[in-house]
Amino acid sequence: MHQQAMDYARATLLAPSGLTEAQLEQVFAQLLTQQTTLADLYFQSSNYESWGLEDSIVKSGSYRIDQGVGVRSVCGEKTGFAYSDEITLDALMESARAARAISRSGQSNRVMAWQKQAPSRALYGLENPLVSLSEQDKIDLLHQIDQRARAASPYVRQVMANVIAVHEVILVVDEQGRMTADVRPLVRTNVSVIVERNGQTESAMAGGGGRFDLDFFLKNDQALLYADEAVRKALINLDAEAAPAGNMTVVLGAGWPGVLLHEAIGHGLEGDFNRKGTSAFAGRIGEQVAAKGITVVDDGTLEKRRGSLSVDDEGTTTQCTTLIEDGILKGYLMDRHNALLMDTISTGNGRRESYAHLPMPRMTNTYMRAGNYDPQEIIASVEKGIYAVNFSGGQVDITSGKFVFSASEAYLIENGKATRPLKNATLIGNGPDVLTRVSMVGNDMELDTGIGVCGKEGQSVPVGVGQPTLRVDGLTVGGTATA
Amino acid sequence: MIELENRAELAAQFEQIAADVLKAARAKGVTAAEVGINKGNGLSVEVRLGEVEKLQYHRDQGASITVYFGHKQGNASSNDFSKASLESALEAACRIARYTAEDAFNGLADAELMARDIPDLDLYHPWDMDADRAIEMALEAEHVARTHDPRISNSEGASVDSYAGMGIYANSNNFSGVSASTRHSLSCSVVAQENDSMQRDYWYSSACFPDGLESAPAVGREAAIRTVRRLNGRSLSTREVPVLYVPELARGLIGHLAGAISGGSQYRKASFLLDSLGKKVLPDFLQLREMPHLKRMLGSRAFDNEGVATQARDIVSDGVIQGYFLGSYSARKLGMKTTGNAGGNSNLILSDTQISFDDMLKQMGRGLMVTELIGSGINGITGDYSRGAAGFWVENGEIQYPVEEITIASNLKDMYLGIQAIGTDIDRRGSIHSGSILIDRMMVAGH
Repeated sequence: MHQQAMDYARATLLAPSGLTEAQLEQVFAQLLTQQTTLADLYFQSSNYESWGLEDSIVKSGSYRIDQGVGVRSVCGEKTGFAYSDEITLDALMESARAARAISRSGQSNRVMAWQKQAPSRALYGLENPLVSLSEQDKIDLLHQIDQRARAASPYVRQVMANVIAVHEVILVVDEQGRMTADVRPLVRTNVSVIVERNGQTESAMAGGGGRFDLDFFLKNDQALLYADEAVRKALINLDAEAAPAGNMTVVLGAGWPGVLLHEAIGHGLEGDFNRKGTSAFAGRIGEQVAAKGITVVDDGTLEKRRGSLSVDDEGTTTQCTTLIEDGILKGYLMDRHNALLMDTISTGNGRRESYAHLPMPRMTNTYMRAGNYDPQEIIASVEKGIYAVNFSGGQVDITSGKFVFSASEAYLIENGKATRPLKNATLIGNGPDVLTRVSMVGNDMELDTGIGVCGKEGQSVPVGVGQPTLRVDGLTVGGTATA
Repeated sequence: MIELENRAELAAQFEQIAADVLKAARAKGVTAAEVGINKGNGLSVEVRLGEVEKLQYHRDQGASITVYFGHKQGNASSNDFSKASLESALEAACRIARYTAEDAFNGLADAELMARDIPDLDLYHPWDMDADRAIEMALEAEHVARTHDPRISNSEGASVDSYAGMGIYANSNNFSGVSASTRHSLSCSVVAQENDSMQRDYWYSSACFPDGLESAPAVGREAAIRTVRRLNGRSLSTREVPVLYVPELARGLIGHLAGAISGGSQYRKASFLLDSLGKKVLPDFLQLREMPHLKRMLGSRAFDNEGVATQARDIVSDGVIQGYFLGSYSARKLGMKTTGNAGGNSNLILSDTQISFDDMLKQMGRGLMVTELIGSGINGITGDYSRGAAGFWVENGEIQYPVEEITIASNLKDMYLGIQAIGTDIDRRGSIHSGSILIDRMMVAGH
């Protein structure tokens, strides 16, 4: 299995242009100087295919093949980077010359000690998900989603659905001679519906995916459940009334609301911001930043999850990193560069959007471990507040710590019961103290369905989030109604 | 200097590749085909705390092929221009088109709409600068920012970027159009600290010609001013008040308008301004014009993504919607004619009400001046709007103190009708040119 990943990567990325190890040594000879602390070549090839349905027909499809190599040279805090769409010795030598310009010292005479490694364990298969279903099966799947959504309610007026599959092969070669390969599948199905009732229009979406084959969407009617879910949410929105404005108790549902952790905590613990001292969490390891009993981890090792990686984009094996343990801030998320500068080791969180982007510390799957409360008991404990079950995304200002996330399905809680649905509202809080106000943690820890995309400095990567039901005593809710 | 060597040669090479692809497509029996090819070179330097931090060279290229068999469509793209790769991309596009459904609205834009006289919009101005000079400028911007105020305690750095790119769009209606442009920018972001408050803010300048950029010291100074003024922000109690959007945020409000009257949202009936053509949805005094042929503007273009000639036109006159943003697909769906907006809007110029920013503060009297918005709490179908915000509390027309950890909420339809004034402090860095916008009332939620 592991050897297969390496063989496959070499056959895909090196063999077509006949690149040999001796030639890679030549590239490193060009790239490395006496000051180089880290350097790598990142070869990547990715195949992408998507099919889209709208107006009950599959009207569009597209296929993309993208490949290239990124060349990085790091000297202390300085990074030189160049890349090429062509994987040839000439292009690599030219990129190496450009990347090494960051260092003003002379050539080093280091010898590469080759160490070839496929991931020590593979979290997903090698198979190409693009061909895991025939074209006709993909089209049938989209039609079934359309029919299911339209049958679910007479108010459904438009259904948009797409099926996306990506197959990516990477090979990282670093200054120590480590050569690491990974073959990564990623699939996703999205369903978006528009409903109309008595002239009032609303929409909602649902979906999921992960690092496996498209078969997943057929098994147990998985894709049809997304259709049901999208219609259910859209209909609820039709009945929604204006959310209240002001500070109140908020109960967050299990699963995708874990986007709270991603924004409020996760980004602030990425190594780059902490090395630079620009994060609201900088220098706070060992401090209490959450209520007792709260444990938050970033776990890249979950099998077949959207945010998981057998190895990160620097060839480091991923791990489960504890960020907060029993309320105490424990650790940061590191890539090789920041780990070197902070005198620690990479946590396997060095990720990049593609060969044309530099790696940086990024999350994988970030979630809070379960507590002891029954979720019903948590809702019942609130006299007046809101119960937010689904979110459409979030954002954080790392330095001030202020973060937002926008509820797409929420209910008013009155006398311990979730009652009327509320319109979309943005919630805002302060990352370093929001978790200190968590007073109850549910026993229903759940991960999201595999839809997360995280953006940082213009680079997008797939991620996962999760959490149990939580009660937060005091978050500002951005509604329009007087509370 | 970042540029495209032998531009004429490159254009000829693009034309040749496009012609070859179209010819190969015809040989496969397609009814119609279109191809887009682009290539670009860039340099990006980042400095931090007085040292070079990153030096990046960009080289991007891509080719996208769309084929039609009758009204069945398929698309494929590749970043490799070799004959074999383009052939396999064409093959993939044809494979997909064999499976997609007939959609009567699919197809190229009508041949008579193709841009025939392509004006020179003067968008290509390489910057006579090497990496060393770029580093020097970034260092200067950061130095000015860091020494501007003792409370500036840290830096996220300063950067200088320069990019030169060329693209061709060609289709089987005998259209082939090449465009080349450059884009340069200078930005700076610093951190200030006082008591327990730590804040970061930034400023940037961008233009397609180097002389259009603000100087490095000006960018650094503005970044520092913006950062320091946010220190010691507090939340507000929940209240309904007027809200003043600074220009860089005001243009977002115009962006939401453009989205709501785009063909896609109209034909899907997914717009809070559905069927708004000819309707008054903004105040009497508001004019919005699309001006695609402005020289040296980043949003300028002679033809759209389908080769359709662009032209200047009114989008909003006296508050009334005059036209949507349509490509040929959405136009056919709506029974209309394309407006040359396949791929989006070009420069949108918002009128002002001849009022300075200071006078707008006075006109507002007591309310919220918003300088930062976070999150994406906008529902394009209902117009419901709820976003995280930071800014300044204003009393008696004067800024009192910074505020943060608040949200502002309303509905975009009410916000548009509630526009009271538009400032002369126009931000021209992007494709939407807008001054500050004063809105009569929004719900501000806080502690």
